[in-house]
Amino acid sequence: MRRARVGERSELDAMAMVCVLPSLLYVLVMFVYPFLYGIYMSLRPAKLLGFSLANYIVFFTDEWQYRTVWITFGIAVPNTIVVVSFALLLAYGMRRGIWLERTITTILVLPISLGVILLAEGILGFYGARGWFHQILLGLGVLKEPLVLTHNYIGVMLSLFMQQFPFCFLMLLGYVSGIDPSIENSARTLGAGPWTVFYKVMLPLMAPGIAIAFALVFVMSFGVFPSAILLGQPAGATRTIAIAAYQQAFEFYDMSYASAIAVVMGLFQLAGLLVIILLRRRMVMAATMGVGKR
Amino acid sequence: MRGRLWGLALYMFVLGFILNLLGIVSHVLVSSLAKRWFGTPLPTAFTTEWFAYAWSNFDLGRVLGVTIFIALAVVVLALILGFPAAYILARRNFRGKPLLLLLYFLPLLIPQMTYGIPLATTMYRYAIGGTVAGVILANLVPMVPLAVFILMPFFEQISMNLEWGAAMMGANRFQVFRRILLPLTVPGLLTAGVLILVNTVSNFELTFLVSGAGSQTLVVALFYNVFAGGVRPVYSVDAMAVMYMTTVMLLLLLALRFVRPTQMVFRLDQPQR
Repeated sequence: MRRARVGERSELDAMAMVCVLPSLLYVLVMFVYPFLYGIYMSLRPAKLLGFSLANYIVFFTDEWQYRTVWITFGIAVPNTIVVVSFALLLAYGMRRGIWLERTITTILVLPISLGVILLAEGILGFYGARGWFHQILLGLGVLKEPLVLTHNYIGVMLSLFMQQFPFCFLMLLGYVSGIDPSIENSARTLGAGPWTVFYKVMLPLMAPGIAIAFALVFVMSFGVFPSAILLGQPAGATRTIAIAAYQQAFEFYDMSYASAIAVVMGLFQLAGLLVIILLRRRMVMAATMGVGKR
Repeated sequence: MRGRLWGLALYMFVLGFILNLLGIVSHVLVSSLAKRWFGTPLPTAFTTEWFAYAWSNFDLGRVLGVTIFIALAVVVLALILGFPAAYILARRNFRGKPLLLLLYFLPLLIPQMTYGIPLATTMYRYAIGGTVAGVILANLVPMVPLAVFILMPFFEQISMNLEWGAAMMGANRFQVFRRILLPLTVPGLLTAGVLILVNTVSNFELTFLVSGAGSQTLVVALFYNVFAGGVRPVYSVDAMAVMYMTTVMLLLLLALRFVRPTQMVFRLDQPQR
């Protein structure tokens, strides 16, 4: 994208303004305004008059509340590392195309489109104590007694992996397969082995894509909500920060405190997003479309 | 030899993931058709009565109607709002354009739980929370930017010469729009339309936060029933899940006629050569 330089004649005439304005107003009124209003609300605790940081102080001194931050990190960080590592290995292996590729990528879109709720219901049954997973492993004698895979930490991790792995993989596949193959070929011609090609040539080229994938997966996992409720212990081990915010808003109707928790959650995610913004020159601001994997 | 092993490992992983996914999905499918299913590989007796049970007990006819209405309204409004903005962003250069693009990008990047809570608070304050209109308005927040970003490359592919040529032959702006831009962006509108449709139907968080009793979409109703596990027979919840799945699958089949799978996620640009 070419940027307009300072002093260059702006091409924003009246017609252009009229075209951009409706959607811009929409984003301002429905996204920016609620966001700012949320921050404002969080500084006006229900019980006090005037501005105060009371909500934030309560959050960070109440162990029941502030430990949701650690719980969320404890879910988001391992999940991000596992998802990105597997997705990277697979995308790298498929960078030149493989047999049945179109079928495989199509199947991988399924969990993205079906959504968390359906996956959660399926995982509850499939990995449950009487599901096929245990029937097969117990039948084969691999397991002596059933594992507990749902309604705990493992259940949440399973569902996050099923949901985010395809997303991350397709994203990285588009990126990796866009790297000019002649670079790799040159390295091979000069005598580099597969490991050297990966480590010295391809990894530096893929680094921005990997960084963005890390940031996106982290931000998504940090907001984990439905799978933490359906597959975890929403009152205990997997009470994430999103659940804490939701409870304040819709169970205790303390919108001010809820907004404060949402702001805290947003700040942690912003830290993750900063990586993206710093790397945005390398990234087309397009959600979809374009060249990508053919 | 090592290359072979490596390739084999990749296929094993993909196979494992797909088997896992099939297991999860078909468990729901088989369970919805089971009379009783308790620790056996397959149920001992099959029945379709759970679908009728779910349809009447969960009021699915109405929920499905609401879902379709909301999804179609979101598609139409997102395209109307996004189309002109995408055109300008693809064609013009002005100061602040990167900032504007970043602003449009944020609702897609920031998880919905984060901005959904203040958004829901604001909407309840203005008494549109809990209504069908509220759900449509909330879903438009990420979908308008999505429409813009999907349509932009389609405009970039249309040669400026066509517009200039038409203008030279005396076409006014409306005629350029009607005769040149609209026909040439039909593929883009279809792509954006089906992606928004699939996204809205399966979007959980925003709809969950702003919907009330009469404005729940299928996926939110499904959440409440999975959450209240044990209140209703699990087979009936699975029957509902199957109906949801069928809806999404049909839309997905439609979507895949127009888009490639890698287009359904965020795209990162190619490294600079």
